[in-house]
Order: sequence, then C-alpha cells, then structure tokens
Amino acid sequence: MAVELDVFVGNTTIMDEEVYQLWLDGYTVNDAVKVRMEGGVLEECETSADVLLSDTMDQYRTFQMCERLLHSPAKLANQLLFQIPPHRQAILIERYYAFDDAFVREVLGKKLSKGTKKDLDDISAKTTVTLKSCRRQFDNFKRVLKVVEELKGPLVENIRQHFLLSDKLARDYAAIVFFANNRFETGKRKLQYLTFQDFAFCAGQLINNWTVGAVGEPVDHQRSSRVYMDVDLDKEFLQELKELKILITDKDLLDQHKSLVCTALRGKTKAFNEMEANFKNLSRGLVNIAAKLTNTKDVRDFFIDLVEKFIEPCRSDRWTAADMRLYLTHYTNSAHILDTFKHQVVWDRYMGVIKSCIFKMYHD
Amino acid sequence: MPGKLKAKIVAGRHLPVMDRASDLTDAFVEVKFGNTTFKTDVYHKSLNPQWNSEWFKFEVDDEDLQDEPLQITVLDHDTYSANDAIGKVYIDIDPLLCSEAASVISGWFPIYDTIHGIRGEINVLVKVELFNDLNRFRQSSCGVKFFCTTSIPRCYRAAMVHGFVEELVVNEDPEYQWIDRIRTPRASNEARQRLISLMSGELQRKIGLKVLEMGGNAVVGYLQCFDLEGESGLVVRAIGTACTLDKLSSGSAPSTNTHIHPNTAPASNACNSPSKDGKESPLAHGCRSTHNSPVHSACSSQRLSQNFSVSVPTLIFTGMGSGGSAGKDAGPLKTLLRQQTQTALEQREFPFFTLTSFPPGFLVHAGGVVSARSVKLLDRIHNPDEPETRDAWWEEIRQEIKSHAKALGCHAVVGYSESTSICEEVCILSASGTAAILNPRYMREGCLDIGSTDHRFEEPSPPSCGFCHIPYDELNMPFPAQLTYCYHCRRQKVPDVLFTTIDLPPEAAVTGKGCLIQARLCRLKKKAQGEVNATAISNLLPFMEYELHTQLMNKLKLRSMNALFGLRIQISVGENMLLGLASATGVYLTALPASGGIQIAGKTPGDLSNEHHILTIQKRINDTIAKNKELYQINPPELTEEAVGSPIPEPRQRSRLFRSHSESSDELSELDLSHGKKDAFVLEIDDTDAVEDIHSLLTDTPPPTGFYSCNTEIMPGIYNWTSGVQMFTSVRVFRLSNANLTNQGLNKIFTDLCENLLKSFYFKLRSMIPCCLCHLNVTVAVPEEELIQVAVTAVAMTFDKDQTQEKPAEKVIQKGSGEIEEQLQFPLELCADSSSTSTQQSSKISGTVSLLTPAAKLCHNQLVMVRSAGVPETSNVSSRAASVDYGSFADRCSTWLELLRLKAHTIRRGSVKTSRRTQSLAHSVSSLERGSPLPEGRSRSLRSNRSFGGSSVTVVKMTPLSFLPGTRIIKYLGIINMFFIRETTSLREEGGVSGFLHSFIAEVFAMVRAHVAALGGNAVVSYSMKECVLMENPNKNQAQCLINVSGDAVICVRETDQEPVSSSTNIGQSCSSGTDGGAT
Repeated sequence: MAVELDVFVGNTTIMDEEVYQLWLDGYTVNDAVKVRMEGGVLEECETSADVLLSDTMDQYRTFQMCERLLHSPAKLANQLLFQIPPHRQAILIERYYAFDDAFVREVLGKKLSKGTKKDLDDISAKTTVTLKSCRRQFDNFKRVLKVVEELKGPLVENIRQHFLLSDKLARDYAAIVFFANNRFETGKRKLQYLTFQDFAFCAGQLINNWTVGAVGEPVDHQRSSRVYMDVDLDKEFLQELKELKILITDKDLLDQHKSLVCTALRGKTKAFNEMEANFKNLSRGLVNIAAKLTNTKDVRDFFIDLVEKFIEPCRSDRWTAADMRLYLTHYTNSAHILDTFKHQVVWDRYMGVIKSCIFKMYHD
Repeated sequence: MPGKLKAKIVAGRHLPVMDRASDLTDAFVEVKFGNTTFKTDVYHKSLNPQWNSEWFKFEVDDEDLQDEPLQITVLDHDTYSANDAIGKVYIDIDPLLCSEAASVISGWFPIYDTIHGIRGEINVLVKVELFNDLNRFRQSSCGVKFFCTTSIPRCYRAAMVHGFVEELVVNEDPEYQWIDRIRTPRASNEARQRLISLMSGELQRKIGLKVLEMGGNAVVGYLQCFDLEGESGLVVRAIGTACTLDKLSSGSAPSTNTHIHPNTAPASNACNSPSKDGKESPLAHGCRSTHNSPVHSACSSQRLSQNFSVSVPTLIFTGMGSGGSAGKDAGPLKTLLRQQTQTALEQREFPFFTLTSFPPGFLVHAGGVVSARSVKLLDRIHNPDEPETRDAWWEEIRQEIKSHAKALGCHAVVGYSESTSICEEVCILSASGTAAILNPRYMREGCLDIGSTDHRFEEPSPPSCGFCHIPYDELNMPFPAQLTYCYHCRRQKVPDVLFTTIDLPPEAAVTGKGCLIQARLCRLKKKAQGEVNATAISNLLPFMEYELHTQLMNKLKLRSMNALFGLRIQISVGENMLLGLASATGVYLTALPASGGIQIAGKTPGDLSNEHHILTIQKRINDTIAKNKELYQINPPELTEEAVGSPIPEPRQRSRLFRSHSESSDELSELDLSHGKKDAFVLEIDDTDAVEDIHSLLTDTPPPTGFYSCNTEIMPGIYNWTSGVQMFTSVRVFRLSNANLTNQGLNKIFTDLCENLLKSFYFKLRSMIPCCLCHLNVTVAVPEEELIQVAVTAVAMTFDKDQTQEKPAEKVIQKGSGEIEEQLQFPLELCADSSSTSTQQSSKISGTVSLLTPAAKLCHNQLVMVRSAGVPETSNVSSRAASVDYGSFADRCSTWLELLRLKAHTIRRGSVKTSRRTQSLAHSVSSLERGSPLPEGRSRSLRSNRSFGGSSVTVVKMTPLSFLPGTRIIKYLGIINMFFIRETTSLREEGGVSGFLHSFIAEVFAMVRAHVAALGGNAVVSYSMKECVLMENPNKNQAQCLINVSGDAVICVRETDQEPVSSSTNIGQSCSSGTDGGAT
C-alpha cells in the first residue's frame, strides 16, 4: 500500500521559504523532512510526518520545475506557467543566486571550467557545503560570466539587469566574474585569512578605478567591444604605471618623499620609528607592484604581492589600522608635493585603489 | 455569410530550440478555421520571432463560428524534411459572438503540445464581425450567454427563469478508431482534443437554440460533462438552466462580499405579512434514491428514502401524489400560489434547476434530497446522429427524480446535477437534486420586477426559516419524520434534519459555524462481466447509499448540527470495488431542532466488561460532541439549564412579543410541551457495522485551529472575507498492494486517504490562517484495479478573525451608525408602505430603528450575548431509546427523529431580520466599512499595485466560487471550457507520475489564465475541474492524462473602485485585489 501519486498545484504557486532554502542547500527530500521535523513544525501545526513528506516532495518538484526559469530570471517575470507574485519572484531569484562565502572563497580567481568543476567534490568535502549546492553555485558563476563577458557597459549594472539581482548580490557577482576573468590568486596560504567580502571590496575598487569602463564613455568607438568592458584592467593605465618607478629609482626623489612623509608623521604614532626605518622597503614594494602589472602573471599575484610586500612587514611591526591609514594617506599625499614627480594622475588612480584595498585587507 | 473572423499573428517568445546546429528555430504559423488555412512567413533563426502578419480573414457561417475553434499551429520550417510542429493553440471564439462579452481576443497564449507540454508563447489578435441574419430557421444561437455559475450572475438580474435545458451529442472516440493504430500519439491526441472541442461547440449551440425557443437569453449553471465510454464512443452532454437575464447598471450591482442581494430588502417585507396558515406548508428533509439496472425490469428498481423506512431490496412508493401534498387546511392564498406554481412548472417536462443559490424569494420550501441511480451496460453507439439510447437513459432517470420530488410534495428540483461513473462496459448514471417548492413569479411573464411584486404570492414565512418548512403534507408524510414547529417562526412545521444539494440561502438563520462532513465507503465486489456485473453493482448500490447516509447522519449528530447543504454523493465503480463518497456542509439551522447526541448501547446489558467498553466509547463520543460544539460555536453551554428546564422561559416569550404575531402564545405552549424531553440516537455496538460506524466517526480529526472547511459557496458563520485567495487542485492516487483486503480494511484506507489529504491542505495553507477552505470538491475514481484516485479542487480564503461573529449588515450598522441614519429613512418608509399596517408591524420597525441609532453598539453586544445562548447538552437521554433494536431501519430512524429537541428562541432572530431589512443600506455603506484606514491593508495594496505594474503577465485569479471576496464583477466575458490531453513516453525523466501530473495541472492553469487574460479578464469564477483521467504504464515509461476544466471569465474590480451610488461615503480603498495575499 503506497501513495502512488501525490500532487498539489495552486493557482498562485505555493512556496515555503524554509523548504526552498533546504532545497538550495542540496538536502535530499528525506533529509529536508528530518530538518523540518527537528524544527518543531509537527507540533506547531498539529500534523504528521506523512504530511510533511508529501509537502516537501511537492515543493521540491515545484522548485525543480522553476529551476529552468531561474537560469534566465528575466523569463520568470513573463512566463505563464507559474503565477508567482513579483516580490516572491525576487526572493526566489535572490536566494537561488546567493552563495556560501566558504564555497566562493575556494573557487575565487579560479578558471570557471570543467576542470574546476571536477574539483567540486573536494571543495564540498572541505567546506561542508553539499555537492549539489556547490554545483548550483558554480553553475551560477559560470552562467553569469558567460552572459556578461559578451556585454558592453558597466559590469554590475549588466549583472543586475540580466539576472534581476539586488545591488549587493550583483556587486558580489561582479567581483566573482572579475576575479575569474583575471585569475587573481587567492588560494595561497598567506591569503587564507582574507574573506570573500575583503576580496569583493577590492574587486569593486579595481572595477571602479582600474578598468576601461571606469574612465567613463569610451573615446574611440572603433575599438573592439571587449576593451570597453569592466571585466578587464585598462591596459593603457597599466603601461602608464611603469612611469611610477621613478619614485624608487630616483634616489633624490625617494629621499625627498621619505622626509616629507616622516615630517608629517612625526609624533603622531607610536610606530613612527618602524615607519621611518621601513619607508624605502615599503615604497619599493608598492611601486614595484605597480610597475609589474603589465605582466598577466603579476596581475594574478597582485594580492599576494600586496600581502608579502606591504601588509606582512607592517604587521610584524605591529602597526595598528589607524597607523596604516595615517601612513598611506601621507605617503600618497606627499607625492604631490614632489616637484619632479609628473605622474600625479596615474599616482592617484593607483594609490586610491591600493589604499582602500590595504585598509580592507589589513586586519589587526 | 453571416460572419467574418479575423486573426493576426503578432509574435512568439520563448520558443524551444528546434535546430540543434544553430540553437535557434525557423518558426512560422498556420492559422486554420474550418477547412481554410493561412500561413505566415517563416521568421528565420529566432526564439522570439516577430511575424506581425496581415489580418487573415475567414468568411464563415455563424453556426461554424459556434462549433469550431480557431486552430493555430506553430511549426519549425525545414528545407529538406517535413516541417516539425512545435505546438498548437485552440482558441474558442464563442465569447466574441456575444455583444455583451469580449470584443477582441488579444494576448499571449501558451503553445501547447500534447507530448511536450507548453513550448513557448504566441501573441495573437482575433476579432469577429457578425452580420445580422434574419433567417428564422437558423441553426446558430449566437448571443446566448453561458454561465457555469450556479446562481444568477452578479451583474445581472433574473427577469425570468425558464427552466431546464439539456442536450447530448455522441461520437466515436478517435482513440478507438482503426486509424489510431497507424498514427502517432500526437496526431491521435490532437484529433481527440479537436473533436471534443467541436462537440462542445455543437452542444453549446444546440442548447442555445433551445434557450432561444424558450424565449430566454442565457444559460446559468451550465454543466458540461464527457463520458469516455471507450470502445462504445464518446458522449458529451450538458445541462443548464435557461433564463432571461437583464444587465444591471453598474450602480446597482450587488457587492460580492456580502453575498446578499440588495434587493432582498423589499422582499423581506413580506416576512410578517399576517397570513396564518401555519400548518399548511409542512416541510421536511428526506432523501430518496433509486437504482435500477438494465438487467432488471423497471419495476425492480429499489428506492430508499433518507430515513430508510424502506427495506431493501424493493419498495415502491404509493399514493404520494403532488396533489395530496397541497395540504387539506391550506389557506386560499396558499392554494392559489401552489396552483399557479404548478401550472407554471408542470408545463415543463422537467421542472429542474441547476442553480444552487437563488434570487431572494425564489425558493419557498426545500423538501429534501432526491436522487436516482441506474446501472447500464454500454454498447457501441451505431449512429452518432441519433443518440437515442443515451437520451432515453437520462430521460428515465429524470422521470424518476421528478416522481421522487412529487412524493415529497414538491413541484420542482433545484441544485440538480447529473454524473456518470464508467468502468469497462458498466456505467452508473446518477442524478440528484433537492426537491423544492418555488415561487412562481420568476416563471411567469411580466412579473419580473421584485419591487412591484404581487404580495399575494410572497411566501408567508420569513426567509430566514421559510425554506426549512416542510412542503409535504404532515398527515401523509412520504417517510416517517419527526416534525416540530419551526424554532424560528413557530408557525409551521420543520423536520428534525434537512439534507439539500443547494447552497445555504444567504438569509437563512444559522447558529455557529458550518463544517465539511464527509462519509466515505469502500465495498469490494467480485470481478464479473456483462449483466452479472451490472446486477452485482445494482445490488450493492442501495446498501452503499444507506451506509453513506448513516455515516452522514452520525457525523452530523457528532457535530450537533441539523442540516446538510451542498450534499453530493458520488459512487464510483471499479473492477473489483465500489467507492462511495458523500460530501456536504453541516450547519446548525436555527429553525430546526437541536441534535440530541448519540448514545451507545450494548446488546447484552449483563456483561460487565462489555459495559465498561461501552461506557468508554460513550464518554469519547460525548467529549467529541462537546468539543465540536465549542469548535463550531454551536450553543456554548452557559444557558443550558434554562433551555432544558422550562418549556417557555419568560424572557423568551417577551422576545417573541417583540416580534409578535397574534397566535403565537397558543402555538408556543403546544410546541414546547411536546418536546419536554430529549432523546439521543442509539448505536448498538454488538453490531459490527456499528463498531465500524463508531470508528469512522471518531477518526475524523477536526481541522487545526484557524481553519474551517466547507463544500458550499460560502461558509455558514463567516461573513467578512479578506482578499487572500488561493485556488488549488490536488490529486492523490493510492495503490492497494494487499490483495486480501476486507471491506473494513479498505474503508480504513480510504478514510485515511481522505483525512490525510485534508490534513495536507491545512498544512500547506497554514500561512493563510485564519482561513476557510471553500467549495471543497472531492471526486473519487478507481482508475485501475488496485488504485484509488482522489482529486480535489477548492479555494482557501482568508477572513478577518475579529469579526466572524457578526453578519455583515450588523457589522456595518455598528460601525457606520452615525453616518447612515439619513439614508435609513428610505428603506424604512418602504417597509412601512409596502406591508400591511398592523400594529405589530410598526413595532417591529421601531425595533429596527433602535438598532440603527448610535446606541447600536450597545444593542449589538447584547445580541451577541443572547446568541450564545445554548442548546442543552444531552443530559437526559430517554430510556426508551436504549431499547431500540439496531437492526430495524425504521426504528433506528424514528429514534433519530426524536433526538432533536427544543432550542432556545432568542432575540437574535429579530436582529438578523433587522439586518436583512436594511441590507440595501448595508451594501451602500460597505465601502465605508472597508475603507477604514487599516494601515496593513493599505500598504499591502500599494505594494501589490507597484510590483504588478512591472510584470508583463496579467494576474488572473481563479476560484470555484461565483465571486471573489473584496471585489465586484463588472463584466462576464464568456465561458471557459477547455479540454487537454497530455501524454509522455519519458515518464521517469519527467519525475514519475507525480512530476508528469504536476506540470500538466500547472500547464492547464496557465492556459486557462492566458485565455482569460486574452479576453481582457482578470479572474475565473465558478472554476471547476470536471475530469481528470490519468492512465499510466510505468513499465513502458508512459502515461496519459485528460483534463477538462470550465469556468466563467470575468473582469472584477476592487469593491471600492468605481463606487456606485454611495460614492460619498467612499473614503479610500483598503482591500487589495491584486495579490493572492496569504499564499506562500
């Protein structure tokens, strides 16, 4: 004796947010039922395990039928099969595209290819995110990347429009796409302390300041569309960064810069001595990073370089976040006073991003 | 050449990829009507083609316009091989043929394929130009409006109700033609869909012709069904009620959430017109049913009355002609009325009405349920043009029904419906309805206006109880029944229990809330063929019906209720079993006596252990009854003592003086003295049946807190619906794997199945609490030998918990008392003018006024208190009852009949009357009440408006009810009647049968919504799924399903929009109609 068929279809599609989350998290129907029972819903609603199972199966089926639509969220709004109130559609989409920070941290900066997909087993084991959920998240990343890499215009806006995501989630996806496209190294042990949100912030800075799109409307419409995108760094700018080398190669300029910074800092921080002692090293570190960014390999190592060349030395000298802020502000500003330093604009564009990235990445 | 049909194909979207190489599609469209086909250009390489075609014009007869659907086929162009079909859209253009309905069909339709389901959408424009045709012998009936709604549609007024129309067409089922062996499943399915579409078009046209002949312009309560008889053919049949409808100007359209017609106000004037003919129009409940089988001659038909005074197998009624029921001491007026009605009705072959709720004053008395069943053997229909056999079968059954109604002293049958159950070559035909006496004024020409009603024909009883009064002759009752004087008006007789198939009349006086009552039964039968099988089935039927009635009665008593509405008894036949399911909504009618409870008795009183057992069960039953009383708010026990004690408590008499009629005191004492004691229905538990009964009684779990359920249009006792609406369809199939099941085991399984289904609804819809499942329509089937299928369509509606205690009119009065005083003058004057000028009358009016003054609130509280006055607990059970032998039907019945006892007669009656008197006023003020600035409601409506603006898909609400709470229907756009077949050869891949059916039902909903939206509508009312036939073969990975749905497409607006007359009181809109509020 068994229930052979059991369906429930509402004119307005009924979706329980809790079950939706369990489905997204990759629980099997039976596990989901267990979780729900532990949540006390049985007692609360005076019902039985059978009812719960039936409900969960129904909902899972509904979600599976909706999944196809969720792959192109714009369709969800004008499809006819499911009548879902718009605010609920928004929830469905937002949740479907939500991801686990633990998972994304593992794949951030990796190529979104079949090879990586094969590693999902390991990632699942490591992060305790179910494999099913890992796959969904990974496929979401790939899908978003595939759509936006063909598109002109601002990255975040494109993602938001095509996938109907909230601003916050669209920004996160922009970061993921941006990292995947530039293959930034994030997996090294030294970078493990950084969270996804740290990187997402940095990605935002890079997208907003170092890409072609960041400069505004493209000047020359003849060039290929890829160049206008937010996904790639502005090649011209990277070339110009080489000019900054003068700050460390010109001995006078370096000393002048140091004295300006030290004058400004004296008496304002306990770490002054360390700052003074390390100035040249730190400055060389930062300028060298800038100068090397024309190499794709060095772009990938951008974050590891920041940590090794700057953050680690400071941390070993026990700078506080306030010290860091103080130092970088004066370091940046003092360069403007240098008479012979002509690359003010490039310097600002470079240091603006570096400053905010380091602030974000420097955990006390 | 009386019509020109024009169609334009605009665009497609979301098309499937038909060319793997390019991941795109080269789509074009064929537009076909009759034998003419047009094609669009091929739109290359796109999943969102923009054809923007010219107007394709078809010049056709209007007969064809009615019969044929417009067929749109989307194809993928292929240069080298045959073009691949993507899918089809059938558009029924009937709504365009009626000037009052839709004028254009325009919108996105899902492209449907019977194998793949919905594959993208297509945007189509369709128009019709009709030329006037004066040919008298025309075959078309363009312009006749059809409504599935089983009441007078909300924006119309019934000028005249003509009566029953029926038609039946038959054809060969394409699935069983020889050609089916060589064509693809797709071609076969499409042939079937098309044929059924044609047949229903033809059927509708023929019914329309009959309506025109009768002089009507509309069919209300249109019920169309398919009988898939397999080898022997395909029958499409329909019944309905022909009417002449007048469109109401928008200003006078009744508001939908009060479910009371404003024009009942004048009608109720007559409620105390001083005609004293108390004894004359007796009434009762009663349910008669018959069975006959083809193998027995007609004389062997078995009949049962609800009271089971009939001993199985055979008893034929004698001497209960309608003439006798007119009553010996009838007053002259009454006789006149009856004569007039009868002549009006007897001209008709079948005085049947498919309506379940009526214009005020239409229904005079309800006699009880009449039903007839007949078992037939199917044989091939040889000549489709002459479907005489099927016609003759139905004719036979209808005659049966008619004679039952006569036996109950009734000249008409209302709430009439017909159904079939087919298994292989055996077919059970069933018909049922409620015997009734109707007011003739709707049947006569020229007496249409309610305002100018001839008062001689007003029914002499108050509408809140009049329909309960027995229509048959007290001295010559068709079955033994316990009659008492009406607990409401105390002038006429009422039965102890009333069963009906109609909806609870809105003006009926009800105590507490109603609830869904189901009786379920399984009976095994031996597998057999032909006549042997038919005989076996027809022998089982009376027992099943008896059992179902017993269960219903027990469950009714267990809930302390005394009437059933919307009773629907379905008996479904399978190869080795019969399933019976009776659903109804139980109610405590204030006019009827209270239930006496249930007493358990043992057969061997000496046995101590047995005694103990009995005591335990008795206690459980008593506890359940007490719990139910509380749950359904039936007579909280505070006033028990008083009610039991003195037959005529002083205060109550005073209250009656307030209502006052001259003869009251005499009657009162007579009545009360005769009911000094209370009896309980006795169940003897030595009987195995009784044990079963008790178990089935006690296994029913009440719905969880915050939930109510009923199978009628409206829930008795709940009046203030909010806008949350969730229509749903649920299907369950249960496989019995144990071959050696007993009847009892089977019953348990079936009962659990139904109970679990209900439980899962309560769970799924828990976010809508407080809410009520309305119009819970359950159908059972035995699709295969060991399968039981249960399909349910219902709607969950939210309501405002705080005010459930009050009827809307009272509520309005309470809230708006200050503002409405001026408007009050009008209805009051009307009252005084139109009624006879007796002093009692005026005293009554003054009562009304006092209720409406600002002090109303105080009054009101008082009323609520009085209402809570209770019926006594069944504390003193008559000793005589215990001695009744269970085995005797008659005794058992008469015991029931004595169970129901005197109930307190409360002031509340007065208050309810008052509210009805002023209901036109209630209507005008309802906007004010709704407009109260509830921040919650307002914000919700704002949100929904905003968010829906962005969506390109019109939200279409669906409901099996004839209205949507909080909204007003401003236009009926035509009937929706759709038939779909879906088949799969990859069942596993689609998620098994559940996945398959789930997506199919969702697709059907989508297609209904799309058609409604294309007609310009935003809702479907009176929606029903009439057929859901699922066949599966998991071994072959195949399944097929047929679904037939119908409903009325409408445009509705929020109640407060375009406010009619009383726009000055319109403060704002707070009720949101845009969102299905509580649905999660």
